[in-house]
Amino acid sequence: MSTIPAIKGVDETQATQRARTPGGVIHEWLTTVDHKKIGILYITYALIFLVIGGVEATMIRIQLAVPDNHFVSPQVYNRLFTMHGTTMIFFVAMPIVFGFGNYLVPIMIGARDMAFPRLNAFSFWISAFAGVLLYFSYLGASGLYAAGSAPDVGWFAYAPLTAKVFSPGHSTDYWTLAILLSGVGSIGTALNIVTTTLCMRCPGMKLSRMPLLVWIYLVMGGLVFVTISPLTAAQIMLTLDRYLGSHFFDTQAGGSALLWMHFFWIFGHPEVYVLVLPAFAFMNEIVPVFSRKAIFGYPAMVAASVCIGFISLSVWAHHMFTVGMGAAGNTFFVFATMVISVPTGIKIFNWLATMWGGRLIFATPMLFSIAFLFQFLIAGLTGIILAVAPFDWQLHNTYFVVAHFHYVIVGGILFALFAAFYYWYPKIVGRMMSEKIGKWHFWLFVIGFHLTFDFMHIPGLLGMPRQIYTYEADRGWGTLNLIVTIGVLFQAAGVLVFVYNLVRSYYVGKMAGPDPWDAWTLEWSTSSPPPDYNFAVLPTVKSRRPLWDLKHPEDPDSDYEL
Amino acid sequence: MSSASTLPMQPGAQAPWTQPYRGTVGMACLIIAESAIFIIFIVAYIFYLGKSLTGPTPDQVLEVPIFGTICLLSSSITVHLAVGGLRKVNLRAFTFWLAGTVILGTIFLLSTAQEWYRLIYERGLTLQTNLFGTTYYSLVGLHASHVIVGLIMLSLTLLFALFGRVNEHHIEKFDTLSLYWHFVDGVWVVVFTVVYLVGR
Repeated sequence: MSTIPAIKGVDETQATQRARTPGGVIHEWLTTVDHKKIGILYITYALIFLVIGGVEATMIRIQLAVPDNHFVSPQVYNRLFTMHGTTMIFFVAMPIVFGFGNYLVPIMIGARDMAFPRLNAFSFWISAFAGVLLYFSYLGASGLYAAGSAPDVGWFAYAPLTAKVFSPGHSTDYWTLAILLSGVGSIGTALNIVTTTLCMRCPGMKLSRMPLLVWIYLVMGGLVFVTISPLTAAQIMLTLDRYLGSHFFDTQAGGSALLWMHFFWIFGHPEVYVLVLPAFAFMNEIVPVFSRKAIFGYPAMVAASVCIGFISLSVWAHHMFTVGMGAAGNTFFVFATMVISVPTGIKIFNWLATMWGGRLIFATPMLFSIAFLFQFLIAGLTGIILAVAPFDWQLHNTYFVVAHFHYVIVGGILFALFAAFYYWYPKIVGRMMSEKIGKWHFWLFVIGFHLTFDFMHIPGLLGMPRQIYTYEADRGWGTLNLIVTIGVLFQAAGVLVFVYNLVRSYYVGKMAGPDPWDAWTLEWSTSSPPPDYNFAVLPTVKSRRPLWDLKHPEDPDSDYEL
Repeated sequence: MSSASTLPMQPGAQAPWTQPYRGTVGMACLIIAESAIFIIFIVAYIFYLGKSLTGPTPDQVLEVPIFGTICLLSSSITVHLAVGGLRKVNLRAFTFWLAGTVILGTIFLLSTAQEWYRLIYERGLTLQTNLFGTTYYSLVGLHASHVIVGLIMLSLTLLFALFGRVNEHHIEKFDTLSLYWHFVDGVWVVVFTVVYLVGR
């Protein structure tokens, strides 16, 4: 590793700072508007919910491990899969990608904070409140009606099951309001990220020089506006139905259950891209650094990201092939879904081309990245299988679908997130995570992941529907389900090792220094952890890899870029 | 870290580095997000046109609110003149046009209130009556709630202006607020077309 050039912070706070009391520390974190602290809050909050959602998943898998099982009651089971899905999407995946965005976007474009720091804090706290509200349903939802506790309508909550008649009590209202509020927070943060990117770049940071991570967060932010808002609108309608007696989704009064499906999936499918785009963003930063090469095809990567953003808006009804949209509708959504694999494929080829001929370093972040590439490819292939309408008629709502989208979310997004944790932890905390424990984490998780989700495809092909409570022994799904459940134990062990690594490294990890990976983007030019103001003097950049220019003044990138 | 060095820093070495004002961009983002919400409500309105199982139907009860619409659309002009006044540091003109905007917006709101009163008490149409009532009140109500938010912000600005707390440094911020108000007006053009012209 070469010597690390860094801007010395003009840090006069240390000397004058008084010893901080525990109350002072709590006060500081509760009232902070610093993008880094809010980013850490987002990530911590998401990790807590990750563990909760993971426990729910484990209970679901124990229930399904053997035929005719009664580990939990059917009612509890319905609540478990509803809460698992809702938690993982809205209170794990969303806050964790926003957390990384919050932390990284300003510092990668050489800014001192987000465009609207107080809006940033507001967005976080309203999202945090939404998560608490969702889980408060376990205590509060019985209410006056004494019916229902946690929401049990499934994470997509199809009408008319959510109508007051079929879901009495308040459990569905907790679900609706929690998602409504978390949506407000998401739109606030997305607005902040987009505005920061467009208005706060340091001198010389033209759009054509921005790190790809920032580009992708820009696209993702734009996507959030047109994705989360429809869901918010639909939740307002559902609330009106349940409280003021309107008839949006009331089939008795001529309302349409189909309309909810459309509104939900207009949100639901682009949402997948809202989550997976940041995973691509992490790959764009990590793969080049550990291949010791500049990213291959920067303009193509930007174009592909923007294309994905637009095309993702026209694929939602591939969730609805079985409702009878007619040949024209089905054909359109089959083709739109297949077309989106083109820009995604461009990205995969560009990552491979970046690695091709590079000096690969197999540190933990790179291991997770390579696993991501492999698994995301398979997830995309099963996605293309499901995009074929006749095939979807056969497999709709089976465990094949469950296996497919978990391959995307766990095999793709979660693996990319783990890579991001190992890569940026030294910057955020100032200490390295343990490589040895990291490799344990990686192998446990890879083995667990493949045991669970590879084998989950097969019962789906054999006809096992999703969201069922249990199944008879003569179906022949028992062995496969047992393997799937065993895989979950490996994954749980992997996550425990990961959490142990996070906590242990905080205290005894090797000091990282500003630039432990010999990387090229601006966040590595300041100390680890960065001072409150990020940069004592705002940097000026002349190329896409400002730190390369700095470390290699004899051969700067700016000589080659247009 | 011995080479505590520098990224090259020559502020303003080349062309001056300018980026858009964050308020404008933030408001544009908000407008995109809000538009998506309105689109969903408009789609629901159009989707349920003529699907109500019982009456009343739009052509039986709706009257085109011409006066309110003229007031609301005119308020876009007055708010634009107010921005111009502030930009020229003519605070009297600014306050005058701002007050005009608030009054015109309030008249629009009152005309909506009057229309709703008539529909509810004379025609017996509520949110619960049929699909038309459901979608009509939610769409027009969603717009009216945006008018209320805009009026609150404009009135606060007017209060500040009357107490002499607004000056030329606030031009960008007020410009951002005027963007929101233009958006509310633009939405009304669409809602008006869908509800009172196409759907009646």
